[in-house]
Amino acid sequence: MKHEKAKKFGMVIDLDKCTGCGTCMVACMAENNVPFREDDTDKLISVAWMRVYRLTNGKPFPHTEECFLPRPCMQCEGHDGHSPCVSVCPATATDYDMSTGIVSQIYTRCFGCRYCMAACPYHVRQFNWWDPLWPEKMTESLNPDVSVRMRGVVEKCSFCIHRYQTATQKANLEGRRELEEDEYQTACTQACPAGAITFGDLNNPGHAVHQMVKPDPNHGGRPKNPKAFRLLERLGTNPKVYYLSSRKWVRRAGDNYIRQEGSQNHS
Amino acid sequence: MSAEDKANEVSADAQVQEPTPSSPDNDASASSDSAGGPITLFFIIGLAASLVLGWVIFPQLLYSKKKQPVDFNHKLHMGLVDEGCQSCHFFREDGTYSGVPKLAQCMDCHEEMQGDHPEEEKFVNEYMAKDLEVPWLVYARQPDCVFFPHAAHVKLAKMDCVTCHGNIGESENLRVYEANWITGYSRDIWGKNIAGIKRNSWDRMKMDDCSECHQKNNVNQASVQTHKGGCFVCHK
Repeated sequence: MKHEKAKKFGMVIDLDKCTGCGTCMVACMAENNVPFREDDTDKLISVAWMRVYRLTNGKPFPHTEECFLPRPCMQCEGHDGHSPCVSVCPATATDYDMSTGIVSQIYTRCFGCRYCMAACPYHVRQFNWWDPLWPEKMTESLNPDVSVRMRGVVEKCSFCIHRYQTATQKANLEGRRELEEDEYQTACTQACPAGAITFGDLNNPGHAVHQMVKPDPNHGGRPKNPKAFRLLERLGTNPKVYYLSSRKWVRRAGDNYIRQEGSQNHS
Repeated sequence: MSAEDKANEVSADAQVQEPTPSSPDNDASASSDSAGGPITLFFIIGLAASLVLGWVIFPQLLYSKKKQPVDFNHKLHMGLVDEGCQSCHFFREDGTYSGVPKLAQCMDCHEEMQGDHPEEEKFVNEYMAKDLEVPWLVYARQPDCVFFPHAAHVKLAKMDCVTCHGNIGESENLRVYEANWITGYSRDIWGKNIAGIKRNSWDRMKMDDCSECHQKNNVNQASVQTHKGGCFVCHK
């Protein structure tokens, strides 16, 4: 199955609009039953599917600039769906789906070897060192559409696949096979108060994301939009999460350029 | 005494007999040969016992047997409703499936006794009168990680209920619910046959059975790793 005919869900995050408020992180944790620890500031053990990073241009005071960068799973396509994590998983617990372009993670299948965590260049994958413990009564507020994870397995952002499933189910009942753009949106997209996140099918010209990062054949397949970039583009992971920024230093920070390297930025 | 000990004893007897001049050499070898008989016999008995233990007794120990709270008569109700299974097991507007009916649906008819069956009396007095939901044991309940949309199967693929659930609509009594002691799930998931051999499409409800049908009908065969169905088609 080739991607051209199928759906390819992707995300465009406008960093010019992002204020770093963290609503996407909160919405994601609530939506996806992400467990929290007594001290969630310890980033070695805490789990977050969506994480907001703070970038700085590293210049002294009058010229200091900051930028916030929300980071969901990049849902890398790699080459023919061989994304870094999918290639290394010995348990077939993670897989690339050519019909949606989403990298799946099946918690009951994962045995916690954490190869995928080592392979993922974006630190997207998180390991559960303990069983999740919610305060009493809070278990009643868990999302029934998302299975909770146990100790010893890896988890990651799924582009809220359960929303796709439940929306498809409703469409099927009404006799439709295809979804409208607004029927399937991720929790972070809908929660963002600044409207910085856009989500949709990159293969569907009717969707906003397609128009924002339309690939330019004369530009090596990269988006026409000069503000668009992807994280660690030159690793060849072929992510489906695009970022927009009007600031050059932000676009350059998206890739691991070394200091002396020339300014052969693709923007 | 184990089979081995017995065999040793027999061969020991043969050795004792050996030095006596009256018994020739071929006699001795014949008696040590005869030790093979009991060994084979004990081996066969042991094998048979292990097989019975493993295939008959152990599977029974794996499952607890529970009775449904009320013995529901599907056949009787099917004769009274107009729309078949969907009269009680229906779709909600948001696409989800209602599954086993709640008390509210039974209330339309059973607020008072309709007949004089003791099971109905139990239902009306113990649950309806006290406004308590019946804790039905669901044979087809799947683990938490499974997403099963009835809409896609019933509405789009036009499958009938029997394909997965069997002829439960024609039954007069509810079967004994066998719950796996370890997982808590019904035996209907693994199937009655411990080897996983099925005669009917509804005999098992494991992932392989879903996958088998999905492969046959080419449902989302878009996985990169397995070239079969994508995981997020049925998992969540």
